[in-house]
Amino acid sequence: MDLSEINFAVLVASLIVASTPLVLAALGELIVEKSGVLNLGVEGMMIIGAVTGFIVGVETGSAYIGMMAAAMAGALLSLLFAFIILIMQANQVASGLALTIFGLGIAALMGHPYTGIKSPQISTISIPFISEIPILGTMFFQHDLIVYLSLISVLVIWYFLNRMRAGLILRSVGEDHDVAHSLGYRVVTIRFLAITFGGAMAGVGGGYLSLVRVPQWTEGMTAGAGWIALALVVFSGWRPFPLLIGAYIFGGITILQLNLQAIGVNINIALLSMAPYLATILALVVISMSRFRGNRGAPGCLGRSFVTIT
Amino acid sequence: MNNKIENTLFQCRAINKEFGNVRANNDISINVRTSQIHALLGENGAGKSTLVKIIYGLLQPDTGSMTFSDKEYSPKSPKDARALGVGMVFQHFSLFEPLTAFENIVVGLDKELGEKELHASVITLSESYGLEVNLSSFIGDLSAGERQRVEIIRALIQKPKLLIMDEPTSVLTPFECESLFKTLKKLASEGTSILYISHKLKEIADLCDTASVLRKGAIVGEYDPKKMTPRELGEIMVGQSLFEPKRPVATNKSNKVLSVKINEVKPDTQFGVTLKNIDLAVNQSEILGIGGVAGNGQEELMQILTGEKKDRNVSIKYMDNDIEMLNPRERREIGLAFAPEERLGHAAVGNLNLLDNSLITDPKKRFQKKMGFIDFGELNAYTNEIIEKFNVKTTGVSALASSLSGGNLQKFVVGREIGQKPSLFIVNQPTWGVDALSAANIRQAIVDIANTGAAIILISQDLDEILEISNKVAFLTNGNLSIPTNTMDIKTDEIGAIMGGISD
Repeated sequence: MDLSEINFAVLVASLIVASTPLVLAALGELIVEKSGVLNLGVEGMMIIGAVTGFIVGVETGSAYIGMMAAAMAGALLSLLFAFIILIMQANQVASGLALTIFGLGIAALMGHPYTGIKSPQISTISIPFISEIPILGTMFFQHDLIVYLSLISVLVIWYFLNRMRAGLILRSVGEDHDVAHSLGYRVVTIRFLAITFGGAMAGVGGGYLSLVRVPQWTEGMTAGAGWIALALVVFSGWRPFPLLIGAYIFGGITILQLNLQAIGVNINIALLSMAPYLATILALVVISMSRFRGNRGAPGCLGRSFVTIT
Repeated sequence: MNNKIENTLFQCRAINKEFGNVRANNDISINVRTSQIHALLGENGAGKSTLVKIIYGLLQPDTGSMTFSDKEYSPKSPKDARALGVGMVFQHFSLFEPLTAFENIVVGLDKELGEKELHASVITLSESYGLEVNLSSFIGDLSAGERQRVEIIRALIQKPKLLIMDEPTSVLTPFECESLFKTLKKLASEGTSILYISHKLKEIADLCDTASVLRKGAIVGEYDPKKMTPRELGEIMVGQSLFEPKRPVATNKSNKVLSVKINEVKPDTQFGVTLKNIDLAVNQSEILGIGGVAGNGQEELMQILTGEKKDRNVSIKYMDNDIEMLNPRERREIGLAFAPEERLGHAAVGNLNLLDNSLITDPKKRFQKKMGFIDFGELNAYTNEIIEKFNVKTTGVSALASSLSGGNLQKFVVGREIGQKPSLFIVNQPTWGVDALSAANIRQAIVDIANTGAAIILISQDLDEILEISNKVAFLTNGNLSIPTNTMDIKTDEIGAIMGGISD
């Protein structure tokens, strides 16, 4: 065993790539949950995004078009969920689970002819000058567009939730939909928009998985990423930056343990594969114990159906 | 009525609104004049809330028309209403608990204002109307009075011409009420009209210029509350003469039922009150009234009495048995009954129906058959009896507790406890939010069981209620209980001093 075989800069760069699907999907779910809706269908929307993105990418030869198709597919599936829970007022937990099962099934069907094909390449964009910095440049500034976008999204979503009126309205709908309604806000419309956004983000996350991270189509390739994204939202206390840290820790340990396996560390493979999950939970528990108070708890109306009282 | 009255700001004509078969508003017409405090008076379920929801745009009338500042007025949503100059302060506050006071004010505005500009105008408002509030505190940490101030600021910041206040004093302490009245009078003197909804007759006489009385969805008439006694107004409101329950005529004064001695009990939270030097006793057929302003230890004392909180520094003797280490269920089994202040979530379970809510406090296992089967016949009869006797307005025994209005649920809870024929009944705020006639009924029922031999501890912030039916009274200040005195011997001017903690 030789630890020097592991290049630290490359490790960080690849952990960012590995974490990006999680960051995207979890940010989407963060917005959905802030509006008071619990969508357990993240896994289903991700895999639909993955298969659609891959198919469109292969057929058009452009990974970007594939990525857009992935977003649309995720959003479309989430619209189904939105209709069921907002208009028909069905139970959110059951509907979300159904969405995941439905998504996994239909993705397997759609993706069958595409198994084993290679996807079009996505080019990396080296940011001028700063990507030349040794080590740091390799780590952070030689990535593809989607990685940069995911980082910008963290900032934008934080700003939206904490500094913008629209974000405040979204949060108030999630905290108490009856009060928001009595003030004249359209609870159902706002939740529709939030759910659609969440679906699109999960779709892109899935698309990134099949077009960049792996990159090819295998059945069930999300392998629980949607569930990790859901857990990240909760453990981060519904805050974007802790969410990003949590996602990177998960991605980082995943990559590290793969590297360790490759250089033949004498640790049981089962233990190594378990490590990312354990480390993420530990880290997030520590984060959630921090002294910051305020908007840390779950949104007050999370998972509750909104019924207009006359 | 059809002639245009001078200075009319708001007028509604022949408003009708039906929910299913219930006609909540029947041909309602009212005129609110500029710079006046106009009372809308009526019992629970008389249609007051429906009417103001229509005015605020939350509901649309089936038929009828409204004018505001001489223009046709038909708001489709609260946003329309606010834009035209109608503001509203709700009975159950429409505030978001996890957000700060400032964020709550921002959410209630219809357009974006600069943060500095907004801060400045909020501070100006709160200074000129005596509405002090810490803008950065979370609503969840604020008292009822402070929350209301946040709501009032939120409404005032949009400079409404008409401000609707829906039962604003139902959650306030007497002191907070006074400062609210000052604010409202100042607003009216500056040209704002106020539509003031209440069923508290005294405050309407103090505060309002005109009173429209509603009964069963229809207007009974418009009166000048300054020229009438509260009793006359009350009788118009309920449509029959009001009676005043008489305090029980104690017969077996010597039979002590309960004695409580507390040296010191520390609170569980930092916001709680430490109970000190409490020494009280209550005899058979006797009502001990415990008065005082909210937050002076009522909750803490109630928890000690019910057994929700057990403490070694407490000694409770019930008919010669020490019961301080018994839990609430064990206390109920030996003949105590309790009705805590918080109806929903403490006295009753919101998501259970009324039958289930009767069943959960069944200390004597009246509704239990062999092998633990439920005796639905008996349970049904018992629950229906409560509904009938206490005039609980509900769709039936299978209605969810949360579907009842606060006052009706209160009647149900008190009825349920009294129906168990307790030897000792401990009740906190039995008539809070209950209309005049039902309140008199509840008090009468309490007096009735006292007359048949039960001992009663009545904790209430309604001083009139305590003086009306208690045999002995004591007051809580800062966790201290004054020495119980006979109600007959106490002078009204002494009470203020005791409650203020000046005399001991």
